[in-house]
Amino acid sequence: MYLTRKQEHMLDGEEGLAVRKSMELLVALGNVFGAEKLVPVESAHISGVSYKNLGDAGTEWLEEQAAMGAKCRIRATLNPAGMDMEKWREMNVPEEFAIGQKRVIKAFIDMGVEPTCTCTPYLIGHVPRRGTQVAWAESNAVCFVNSVLGARTNRESGPTTLASAVTGVAAYYGYRLNENRKPAKIIDIRTPLESRLDYSALGYVTGKLMKSSVPYFRNMGKPDMESMKTLGAACATSGGIALWHGEGVTPEAEWASQYLEGLETITVERKELEEAKAGLMSDPDNPTYCIGCPHCSIKELEETANLVKGKNLKGRLWVFTSRKVYDDAEKGGLIKIIEDAGGKVYRDTCMVVAPLHEMGWQGVGTNSMKGGHYSVAHGFPTKLATVDKLVEEASK
Amino acid sequence: MILTGRKVMGGKAEGEALVSTEPVSFYGGVDPVTGCVTEPGHCCCGENITGKVFVFPTGKGSTVGSYVIYRMKKLGTAPAAIINVETEAILATGCVISDIPLVDMLDQNPVDTIKTGMYVKVDADDGKVEID
Repeated sequence: MYLTRKQEHMLDGEEGLAVRKSMELLVALGNVFGAEKLVPVESAHISGVSYKNLGDAGTEWLEEQAAMGAKCRIRATLNPAGMDMEKWREMNVPEEFAIGQKRVIKAFIDMGVEPTCTCTPYLIGHVPRRGTQVAWAESNAVCFVNSVLGARTNRESGPTTLASAVTGVAAYYGYRLNENRKPAKIIDIRTPLESRLDYSALGYVTGKLMKSSVPYFRNMGKPDMESMKTLGAACATSGGIALWHGEGVTPEAEWASQYLEGLETITVERKELEEAKAGLMSDPDNPTYCIGCPHCSIKELEETANLVKGKNLKGRLWVFTSRKVYDDAEKGGLIKIIEDAGGKVYRDTCMVVAPLHEMGWQGVGTNSMKGGHYSVAHGFPTKLATVDKLVEEASK
Repeated sequence: MILTGRKVMGGKAEGEALVSTEPVSFYGGVDPVTGCVTEPGHCCCGENITGKVFVFPTGKGSTVGSYVIYRMKKLGTAPAAIINVETEAILATGCVISDIPLVDMLDQNPVDTIKTGMYVKVDADDGKVEID
């Protein structure tokens, strides 16, 4: 791999041990993927934050990086933790878990990472411009930044995003190059998409069909930002999709359309969407109804507040969002409306990375195929429904 | 006999070979405390990889596997070196952050050529593997 003189010095340790170790990682992986060089990246979004996933092994590694003096030289935001950093007792998170989680967050703060603890950095002002190179992890955020914003990243991991944050560079391969952003197959949607859950199901079906290649959607309607968020999350969960094009929807679709000739077209009908939902469904006895996978936007909080306003919820309704969106919603009185109805709104965490078993959960209801997928994988009886249906059930 | 391939993580190490014909997941598939492969039905289930030159096709499973390799290194249960047919990002990351030599893309398939119990010297800096 070609390195500039400055990059060689960084690899040789002239800028300290933390920079050297970060460069070693980026160069080693760059070689594995056949990258010809390293390129500057404008920002990083770092995953591997929940103590549930990191355990002591990952926590120790992060603390060691901080102790070596690792410091971010570009903007870096952080993925969700395993708990609301303030309201974790109310969530029934065990004390031992909380101690581990606080160590993780402290290590990141020491390295200069913004403790945003959200999977939707693009909703809180971390919005890369089209064409810029970034180093992002978190599969839904990767899908969003590539597809909806037209910036460029591979599906990075916790260690590589931190290494890019510390060095300001990433290996040049994969989705950073035009040739790998071309569509591989056309997905022609032959049914009206009527809810965000439909978009989520479309994503889930697409991920299974396309694995890790690039779909080009036709007839996908006019999805709002929230629908594109849940679509990307789902196709990055059932498959390894990092980029999708939507005809008349996404910024690179017109460019992508010049490569459609000769591509296979797969049609998706209502039947496939309903089968995908049914495939994750069972009948939970005592579910916690979850909204906010990926984290809720202000619009979703507003919709939820309107649905629960004046109700007396019998079931448990938990809403997950970022700190920034929570603060905005609080100013607008939305949090109070949801809490007055008996719902809960938590920040910093979500249904995928919180230690749900330790918290005593028995079942899950969700409007997200990603959320449903992980809920099933974690062994919970799971129900999928649109938000209004979830609220209706929680009211019974 | 000397096999030549690609350095992924440099360093030198030697030890007894443990050969797996199946991919390995360090997250959930290996117990970092004992160093034993624990994946039910895996061809190396029950084998201890500590201090071995661990030979297998490639990695699989969750990205958390990188940190498990690191934890094994800290606990002293890690393999001495890893040889893959063709490696992937989780393993490569784990070996780099843990300073474990890793080579792949050898001129002969290591899973066929190397047998469990053989003594193997790995010079990952030069991408060389020497078998007695």
